[in-house]
Amino acid sequence: MARKASPANWPLLRQLRGKDRLGRGAAVRSQATQANRPRTVESDRVVKSVCPYCAVGCAQNLYVKDDKVVQIEGDPDAPHSRGRLCPKGSATLQLTTGDAREQHVLYRRPYARDWERLDLDTAMDMVTDKFVRTREAGWEWESEGKRTRRCMSIAALGGATLDNEENYLIKKFLTAAGIVQIENQARVCHSSTVVGLGTSFGRGASSTLPGDLQNSDLIVLEGSNMAEAHPVAYQWVMEAKARGATVIHVDPHYSRTSALADIFVPLRAGTDIAFLGGVINHVLSTESDFREYVVAYTNAPTIVGEEFEDVGVDGLFSGYDEEKRGYDPSSWQYEDAFVAAAAGQRDQEGNVEALAGEGQDRDGEAARGQPKLDPTLQHPRCVWQILKRHYAQYTPETVERVCGVPQDVFAEVCRLFVENSGRERTAAFVHGVGWTQHTIGSQYIRAASILQLLLGNMGRPGGGVMAMRGHASIQGSSDIPTLFDTLPGYIPMPHAHGHEDLDKFIAGTAARRGFWGDMRNYTVSLLKAWWGAAASEENDYCFDYLPRLTGSHSTYDTVMEQIKGTVKGYFLFGENPAVGSANTRMQRLGMSKLDWLVVRDFSLIESATWWKDGPEIESGEMLTEEIATEVFFFPAAAHIEKEGTFTNTQRMLQWHHKGQDPVEEQRSDLWFMYHLGKRVRERLAGSQDERDRPVLELTWEHPTEGEHEEPSADTVLAEVNGWNADGEMLSTYTELKDDGSTSCGCWIYCGCYADGVNQTARRKPAREQNWTGGEWAWAWPANRRILYNRASADPEGRPWSERKALVWWDSEKGEWTGHDTPDFEADKPPGYRPPPGASGPAAIAGDTPFIMQADQRGWLYAPAGVADGPMPTHYEPQDSPVANSIYPARQRNPAREVYEHENNRYHPDPDEPGADVFDVVVTTYRLTEHFTAGGMTRWTPYLAELQPEFFCEVSPELAAERGLEHAGWATLVSARGCVEARVMVTDRMTPLQIEGRTLHQIGMPYHWGANGYAKGDSMNELSSMALDPSSHIQEVKALSVAIRPGRRPRGAARQELVREYRERAGITAQTGMRP
Amino acid sequence: MSTTGERPELSGERPELSGGPPPAPEGGLLNILLEHGDPAGASGWQEHPPRMGFFTDTSVCIGCKACEVACKEWNEVPEDGLDWTGHSHDNTGGLGADTWRHVAFIEQRVPVGGHQPNFQRAPAAGEEGKDGFRWLMSSDVCKHCTHAACLDVCPTGAIFRTEFGTVVVQQDICNGCGYCVPACPYGVLDKREEDGRIFKCTLCYDRLGVGQEPACAKACPTDSIQFGPLEELRERAAGRVERLHEAGVIEARLYGERPDDGVGGDGAFFLLLDEPEVYGLPPDPIVTTRDLPRMWRNVGIAAGALLAGAIGSFAGARR
Repeated sequence: MARKASPANWPLLRQLRGKDRLGRGAAVRSQATQANRPRTVESDRVVKSVCPYCAVGCAQNLYVKDDKVVQIEGDPDAPHSRGRLCPKGSATLQLTTGDAREQHVLYRRPYARDWERLDLDTAMDMVTDKFVRTREAGWEWESEGKRTRRCMSIAALGGATLDNEENYLIKKFLTAAGIVQIENQARVCHSSTVVGLGTSFGRGASSTLPGDLQNSDLIVLEGSNMAEAHPVAYQWVMEAKARGATVIHVDPHYSRTSALADIFVPLRAGTDIAFLGGVINHVLSTESDFREYVVAYTNAPTIVGEEFEDVGVDGLFSGYDEEKRGYDPSSWQYEDAFVAAAAGQRDQEGNVEALAGEGQDRDGEAARGQPKLDPTLQHPRCVWQILKRHYAQYTPETVERVCGVPQDVFAEVCRLFVENSGRERTAAFVHGVGWTQHTIGSQYIRAASILQLLLGNMGRPGGGVMAMRGHASIQGSSDIPTLFDTLPGYIPMPHAHGHEDLDKFIAGTAARRGFWGDMRNYTVSLLKAWWGAAASEENDYCFDYLPRLTGSHSTYDTVMEQIKGTVKGYFLFGENPAVGSANTRMQRLGMSKLDWLVVRDFSLIESATWWKDGPEIESGEMLTEEIATEVFFFPAAAHIEKEGTFTNTQRMLQWHHKGQDPVEEQRSDLWFMYHLGKRVRERLAGSQDERDRPVLELTWEHPTEGEHEEPSADTVLAEVNGWNADGEMLSTYTELKDDGSTSCGCWIYCGCYADGVNQTARRKPAREQNWTGGEWAWAWPANRRILYNRASADPEGRPWSERKALVWWDSEKGEWTGHDTPDFEADKPPGYRPPPGASGPAAIAGDTPFIMQADQRGWLYAPAGVADGPMPTHYEPQDSPVANSIYPARQRNPAREVYEHENNRYHPDPDEPGADVFDVVVTTYRLTEHFTAGGMTRWTPYLAELQPEFFCEVSPELAAERGLEHAGWATLVSARGCVEARVMVTDRMTPLQIEGRTLHQIGMPYHWGANGYAKGDSMNELSSMALDPSSHIQEVKALSVAIRPGRRPRGAARQELVREYRERAGITAQTGMRP
Repeated sequence: MSTTGERPELSGERPELSGGPPPAPEGGLLNILLEHGDPAGASGWQEHPPRMGFFTDTSVCIGCKACEVACKEWNEVPEDGLDWTGHSHDNTGGLGADTWRHVAFIEQRVPVGGHQPNFQRAPAAGEEGKDGFRWLMSSDVCKHCTHAACLDVCPTGAIFRTEFGTVVVQQDICNGCGYCVPACPYGVLDKREEDGRIFKCTLCYDRLGVGQEPACAKACPTDSIQFGPLEELRERAAGRVERLHEAGVIEARLYGERPDDGVGGDGAFFLLLDEPEVYGLPPDPIVTTRDLPRMWRNVGIAAGALLAGAIGSFAGARR
């Protein structure tokens, strides 16, 4: 701003003229200072958006000037975030408009040493060509005599950072093309939450919202580093604290979350089931449960079949098959009443044979009768008694011995739980991936679910299980799954076995009673959305077009298939497995066997450049010029450059509008998938091959706009919502039909576009509505914010207490009403009793809140759905230096999934020679300043500078024992790899007394990799591929390592050191493999 | 006057809030005359808005550093280098030309008892009796002193008092002389070496001008950083201390909120859970220009005497 030269404005004259005679204020304010206007005011418009980092989904305002985003801030109107942003959210301007993002397509020829430029159009053509050819070459009509109709040579990974609309197109097109190996971050983050919560309550998503934690009397954060991973949601914990709630943090590692808790309970990593089992035992043995709730709403009174046998001295439930290393769950069923699970293992042999295999139709389940109940809870085979016996050995002494939690601390936790539950008070659990990422992760979530059911905390204000999810739309990429085992809305992907038509599939997988009883409506509507007019009753609505599964095709199985050479083409959509997945070495080895790799990201992440600078190149194990893989890097558009919805951790779909156009060759994933699909369809046009029909008959027309022909996300969302035969938008999933007259891309999202209005774009300010924020955006299902909220009222429909009222029956109006949308049929009175033989929603009685469950009850005991047992049981982690003293005959989860490969070796059992080589326990966590595998933070200087280096946190005791120096270096070694990290000696880590000896634990963040601005070794070089059998999630929250002072060797000596340790520990292909 | 070790007084009487003129501070004469109570008015701002400031409640700080980043984004402050310090989670080090908000992390071994700590760990060697642990976090910032020595010494008029009572360095005026750097009792002012000028927190003067709160306060996830009229913040802070004391957090105390302290009270004050030194704050900050008026007076007297002597000698010579 030019300064006015008029002498009258000279500061000295102003000083003499005005009041500021000494020239300290008004007189010396310069013209430039005066003219300085904030860019928030100078912008042309404010665009509503959503933060692209974690799943809190903080609402953002984009300030746009001259069609460029010039500032990004929190939106104060938002009920969930209240205008606040964490450091990552605050850095989104630098993330999106900084200079770290690539703008052009890069191409690496086979055997080439470096990238070259390629124009976007040519690159798209080349990828189209490769896609078509690889698909053809890898086509499979049958596997072991069963029709599979699929392509096993192409796989895709990533989607949790994308919009729902993008995930929808990816899943839709790739599935139509026959590809089953479609996975995203949800697999490695919270897939076990889906199993745990889904089997327990009916839906595999968080039952509540962070904002409702303010109503809690007790908040137990366990398996969650909430203050660091979800800082803006942590405001609600602080809010509860200010209202007098008690906050407990149970964790192996004292984090910023612990600092603000009232009580921090350190425990040994990987022992939460023992800890929670101890609390369950306390509640059961002291009968401190909320008995009315338990009898009315849980399966505590249900009688289990005689065949069931609890875990005995062999550490096994009934039904175990040594050869298959897994269970046949049929012996776990209720007496005379076979029920299907609402989530988890559904379309599997055990279920299908029992439910459909006898050639019975959908009445089969009814024919087997209703579950028998004993409301007195005295029957020896009722769930209550089974549970009580199962957890009897989880005593305070056991907890102390196994977890390292002193008995007085444990007693205090138990006391607080019991005192803060019941009619007048509620307690909430908050968990994150600290619980999910274990070889028995689904059961961690089950254990918490059992406790919350016993204490009557589900469906009530301040209660619930709050699953903190970690990517902007990872909930969405679970709901509209870029996952191999589900179709949109948690409809299972069909397996290749007995049932080959739609009816058998439905009968074999869905519960007959409750809302899963309508699965045929959801499935037919989905098939109509995908294949439109081509899907008719005559052709079973194209059900045969769906490729079939044969076992697990999780991302880890995909890696094995890459190494084997089956998978030739691989898409990475914003995921960085070379840093973020377990055993990153295996990830890179897999990619090195590919014919082609497509990476879509902001910057050149490690998964894009391993062929030129990965650890195996440095060590000389791989030579760049011998790697044949062609690599395409496509620069991705950022959230501010596209519109669409993210589904946040509270199941809320928020529409984000576009603030600016992407530059150069940056494109949205919607653009990429849509145009790739179009090109593939053009290439296949006219094909008479049956293989290509699902692709050619697919509905694949969306309006485009602008010079880039960006497809309309709005019409994709409309397709997801669905319409009726007249083309009118549906308003809720109960309108769906199984006669082909309705179309719906994801039944649980039906209603997000009700009345033809994009409900996800609603932004009614928090101050104009109650705490549930029901009119801000839209939550599935049916805009219900707190799930199972029918349980906030007693069986007669009255709130259990005034203090904890949420929804209740208004007998005058004849409807359910309250502070939230009732999670129940609005006009079904509490006294409704289903007529004999009723099915579907009609079979739901008026006093049963868990409407997705086959028996409408919360499952304390899971008769189906969870692969490793009906009740959570403590097994040691895959790599643990501690023996399982609860079940000495069974060290590890007998049903876990392990992979035999020379680069995926496991550690010895504690009683084997060499067991003491890897004697320290590692747990991993996120830092506030970084995000997952670092792709969105390590390149962002404002964040990189806050946590510039990879470090490990060790106790002073361990440091003294091993000669580790604070701020020096340590080398950590496992049977898979070795890394170096800066040493942080801190009192926040503490040795624990376990089984009578001292055990050390190390805390390690996992965000670093070799690329970016802040660089470092990746923690996942150390971890192994060992998975939870129900969800196929990897165990990275508890493992064992060796630690020594100093930096790691360079070059070939790095793997040499690993080999040396393996030899010292006597590791062979059999080590750690025993079931 | 020290703000430390005064727990009983802090919880009870707060004379400066009960109306009436507060006791005279020890600051320099200029300051007393000009700035006390109404620094903006004393700097020539007529009908100015109420004095605005920060209340940073460290008892709810989660150490997320959103304040650091939000500040940098808004004010386009350069990134500060990749130094892993090993000092807990603090890799910023302290306030400086390129860090206008700084979160301190203090890991403490303390005796068990009372509300804090929340964690009893295994006792370590040499730390007998201190088997409790707590982790303190606090976001530091320019204090926007009532008696701002930086402003006193600035020879160019680059540093000025705004109508909100805040203290701002004007970048188009600053010539980088650096007088203000040693003048600040808190060590806030700092020269950006590659630029040559002095930079510090402006309390987002541009945003205040249009009724928007500073970027750090807006972002703060737990409302640890609160922005508002200083008087209101002081009342709120007093209430917060009271509630914490009732809840057994007896170590809670305010820092920098008293108008009778060595800088006439801070425009940005804090609720701390330990002595200020623990957080790297001076326990007893005094405006470094306190003695300036007396020095000038002495200089004046000396000069006068000299002059008188000189005149006298000339006068004598004429006789």
